Amino acid sequence: MNAPVIDVKGLVKKFGDKTVVDKFDIVVPKGAIYGFLGPNGSGKTTTIRMMCGLLTPDEGDGTCLGYDILRESDHIKEHVGYMTQKFSLYADLTIRENLDFMGRMYRITDRRRRVDEALENLGLADRSHQLSGELSGGWKQRLALAACLLHDPALLLLDEPTAGVDPKARRDFWDEIRRLADAGVTVLVSTHYMDEAIQCDNIAYIAYGEKLIDGPAKAIPEMVGLETWRVEGPDLAKLSAELDGKPGIDQVARFGSALHISGTDGDALQKAAKPFMADTRYQWTKQPAGLEEVFIHLMAGSTDNFSGQKAG
Amino acid sequence: MTFSSGRFLAILMKEFIQMRRDRMTFAMMIAIPIMQLMLFGFAINSDPRHLPTLVEVHDSGPFTRAFLAAMESSTYFDITGTVSNGRETDRVLKAGDASFVVTIPEHFERDIIRGDRPALLVDADSSDPATSGAAASALSVLAANTIASLATGPLAYLATGPDAFSVIAHKRYNPAGKTSYNIVPGLLAVIISMTMVMITAIAIVRESERGTMETLLSTPARAPEVMLGKITPYVLIGYVQTCVFFVLAFWVFSVPFVGPVFPFLVGLNIFILVNLALGFLFSTVAKNQMQAMQMSFFYMLPSILLSGFMFPFAAMPGWAQAIGAAIPSTHFMRIIRKIMLKGAGFSDIIPDMRALLIIMAIVTVLAMLRYKRTLD
Repeated sequence: MNAPVIDVKGLVKKFGDKTVVDKFDIVVPKGAIYGFLGPNGSGKTTTIRMMCGLLTPDEGDGTCLGYDILRESDHIKEHVGYMTQKFSLYADLTIRENLDFMGRMYRITDRRRRVDEALENLGLADRSHQLSGELSGGWKQRLALAACLLHDPALLLLDEPTAGVDPKARRDFWDEIRRLADAGVTVLVSTHYMDEAIQCDNIAYIAYGEKLIDGPAKAIPEMVGLETWRVEGPDLAKLSAELDGKPGIDQVARFGSALHISGTDGDALQKAAKPFMADTRYQWTKQPAGLEEVFIHLMAGSTDNFSGQKAG
Repeated sequence: MTFSSGRFLAILMKEFIQMRRDRMTFAMMIAIPIMQLMLFGFAINSDPRHLPTLVEVHDSGPFTRAFLAAMESSTYFDITGTVSNGRETDRVLKAGDASFVVTIPEHFERDIIRGDRPALLVDADSSDPATSGAAASALSVLAANTIASLATGPLAYLATGPDAFSVIAHKRYNPAGKTSYNIVPGLLAVIISMTMVMITAIAIVRESERGTMETLLSTPARAPEVMLGKITPYVLIGYVQTCVFFVLAFWVFSVPFVGPVFPFLVGLNIFILVNLALGFLFSTVAKNQMQAMQMSFFYMLPSILLSGFMFPFAAMPGWAQAIGAAIPSTHFMRIIRKIMLKGAGFSDIIPDMRALLIIMAIVTVLAMLRYKRTLD
């Protein structure tokens, strides 16, 4: 087994008296696609920035690509491709100039050829003299990815790379990520999208600076222990309103033409649902909870979870 | 880790490209020296003519008439009326009704012919030395010319002896006021510090504001590479501004350059670097471009008012001199004035150079300490 690409323990970051990241541990194996999930402001960006040396943790230590995150961030930067949440290449430089600039920053060899290749792969070869600020969101994001791949990084840190990008572009983007991971690049990606979370090998769920759950994507529903019933039938809105808030029912969520009713206590859930099951207009089926239900559950419960842990 | 000249050059080239794309800022950098020179040069330093002048005449012979006519034809003076006594002179000068009062003493002509060498008294409002200086210095020339033109026939002996009469200029309100070419050389200090400080501060803050600083920091670029790469293009802009300045100073304002060029170039480079370092320091404090702009303007005020640019440094109170001494423009202004006008060499500008170097050392250390390679 290879040494993990990221291995950090007890990371704490405070801004003023606000603790943004609290005692964060993570081990990311080589070649994995590791998903960071969590609501806005949960500390995902701060965590990513600490790993690539953009922020200094107040407490904790660890290694990234075998280098100490506190003392050897210069080495880490050489081998990390970091894509910021907001487009942060130079809007007043052309596409080619931006790629050229990044290539020079990492002192890549054979820069001209690499930039040409990147432009070719992007499909922007004929528009290489366009100012990058004029590109649409999807193209900006592809350019940013190309720019942070120029120096063949061993680790990609992607901070909400697909925010504001259309579904087709997002799908293409993820195909590319998967290709890179298969080629041995480790990818740490933060996202809000469930369809993207499902593509990750591992998932860490963060809320209010704390990691609430961490494991292989497939094992997450089981770890949370959520049971789900699927209901199909007429007038679901009314049924949803009636079910919501009943003891044992933690969550009622609409999925297309069906309701997914979930709870952590299977018996209590069934008991609460029993009276409604008698209604023959509805078909009730028990099914394993999907990631999406799990994350809605986690997001809804994260505040309580957080304060509960604090109290305990 | 070693300094990478490749990365330094990359940042430098990027700055030039961005400078070229940002036409407005580029135009400003060239327009500022031209505009300031035109405004300050003409408004403050133009060789003022047609200054209102009153006369107090106690003798009215051909000499008096010839002298007054010469004053008028010199175009420096417009004789607008008369005053009758010293008290009235005080009043019109204080009120600004006249810039000059010329007093022709009793028996002026008789004393000249006798060879008693009487004195003409000229009271000048020197509160703005630039206004009165040139006109006042023209007076003694006028006196000599007047005598020369009248020293014919029986009076020919007046032309050969010592001056038949003298002019006593009484500079009021600002007896030490000396200027004429003071403002134009000083403007180079103002122009360079205004653009260098502001443009550098903004160029760096812009990176953080647009988020590109995050990308730059995530690359392995080192602090000196970033600092030098960002600053060097503006050193070159400083040279361009200096060239524009000299073209205008020579051709439009005819300011001489008496002293040696080399000490000037040394002083110029140090001064440009101090201002860039100051701009860099400001950029580490300012959170956005607007703040960087505000800080630069905040800095400009004392550097114009307390540097000796507008008011004689020696005439300022102690506390103002203390602030002025901490401002780089003060010292560069002295260097350029001494060299351009008085022909000073290295040995004369040592104290000013030393002051500039001390300020530069302090500012650079502060800027390096404040510049963070993280986003904390």
